[in-house]
Amino acid sequence: MKYAFFPGCSLESTAWDFNRSTRAVFAALGIELEDIPGWVCCGSTPAHASNASLSIALPVFNLQRAQELRSPVLAACASCYARLRTANYQVRNDPKQRQLAERITAEPYDGNVIVYHVLDALVNHLGLDAIRAAVRRPLTGLRVACYYGCLLTRPPEVVAFDDAEHPMAMDHLLAALGAEPVDWPYKTECCGASLSMTKSRVVSRLSHRLVDMARQAGAQCIAVACPLCQVNLDLRQADARKAHGELPETPALYITQLLGLALGLRSKELGLDALSVSAEALFASLSTSTAAVTGGNR
Amino acid sequence: MSDTIPWNGTALAEEVERRSGTPVSACFQCHKCSTGCPIGADMDLLPSQILRLVHLGAEAEVLQSQAIWLCASCEACTTRCPMEIDLAAVMDALRMLAIERKVAVPDGHGKQFNHSFLSSVRHHGRVFEVGMLAAYKLRTGDLFSDVDKVPQMLAKGKLSLLPHRSSSVKQVRELFRRAQEEEGKS
Repeated sequence: MKYAFFPGCSLESTAWDFNRSTRAVFAALGIELEDIPGWVCCGSTPAHASNASLSIALPVFNLQRAQELRSPVLAACASCYARLRTANYQVRNDPKQRQLAERITAEPYDGNVIVYHVLDALVNHLGLDAIRAAVRRPLTGLRVACYYGCLLTRPPEVVAFDDAEHPMAMDHLLAALGAEPVDWPYKTECCGASLSMTKSRVVSRLSHRLVDMARQAGAQCIAVACPLCQVNLDLRQADARKAHGELPETPALYITQLLGLALGLRSKELGLDALSVSAEALFASLSTSTAAVTGGNR
Repeated sequence: MSDTIPWNGTALAEEVERRSGTPVSACFQCHKCSTGCPIGADMDLLPSQILRLVHLGAEAEVLQSQAIWLCASCEACTTRCPMEIDLAAVMDALRMLAIERKVAVPDGHGKQFNHSFLSSVRHHGRVFEVGMLAAYKLRTGDLFSDVDKVPQMLAKGKLSLLPHRSSSVKQVRELFRRAQEEEGKS
């Protein structure tokens, strides 16, 4: 099994821990990731909000590069994932958009390179049975709020691997690792995403709401699958507390970090030291079988 | 918003429909978009109000609103609209229209962020966050927000001081040039 990996810009900076943990768990599971040669930014929100032609050309350029690897594309960032899938959707369904993309990239493209998100690949391709079989240190006793955020499941005709309003893929993954996913209502509520830079006070309000609700539902930590969600819940958690009132320290970990811990990887291999809200105390407090997990950090 | 807004014809609605490729005029004001909008509490106009004003041709009210720049493109409205109106695409169309028509944007942060982000992509093929943020801060004069995060982010290795250049930089510049040409055609 092999994927053409699209890391995306965040994974080279703020989300280096997502990068490291994704590569570590896929290697541990025996799946090869080959980076798309010469990949470029997907354009993200700034492109689709200001230049429609660019917003289709940048993802299509990447998908054309991926074609050379003859493997499906794997994206880690939810925004990159949504942009790549949206470009495919536009190229396949609108001949004018296809012609536009081909004119700008000066290369043909039929919209048929398959794009998966890390969560989709783990749960629906590798499968939960294979993951269960690979678990060395189950996350027994860990109560997790699975946070999908906005773009992993929306819009459904474009992404389509789980239900848009009540997704379950991440819950199933965490349950397979031995953790207890809590039932909570804000699975797909937006964290404010890129407003983090331009309207941080809006993001503080949304982050506070999310962490508060996760706690009310009984979670000890939040699982995320997007670099923007992670920054807004982790790095901005202190701001949220300052602006909107006390909250217990609630780590926000990437699904690949939680999976890696369950696979028995060391915290260094998973970039756990990159968290602003440390998860060390939480894992130390778990049952003795999982307390050993943080050993790599000491 | 207590004043009566006169109907100014269909030109604005048609323009927004053309750009967004979505049936703006099908909105029957059920307010489902506004009810589920996570940013609604911070907006001067709710998404359903924006659509109504587009129907009325109230160009100034819509294009000068903060709401179009506050939208986080989370697509909750797009997913839930019973008339299948892609509201997130409508917000994109309105942002582009506001810039094209040189409307005095009430708060330029969104516009400047988009500009700084895309300049970074044009230069490096990828976003170089430190450079992009410096450019954004200079453009907005908002020098001190989030400066308190920098030491922590550096300590955690979350800010890289050098750009990660893509090997496709030359092609990216071509893409930008041709995309700009295409935008000029429409």
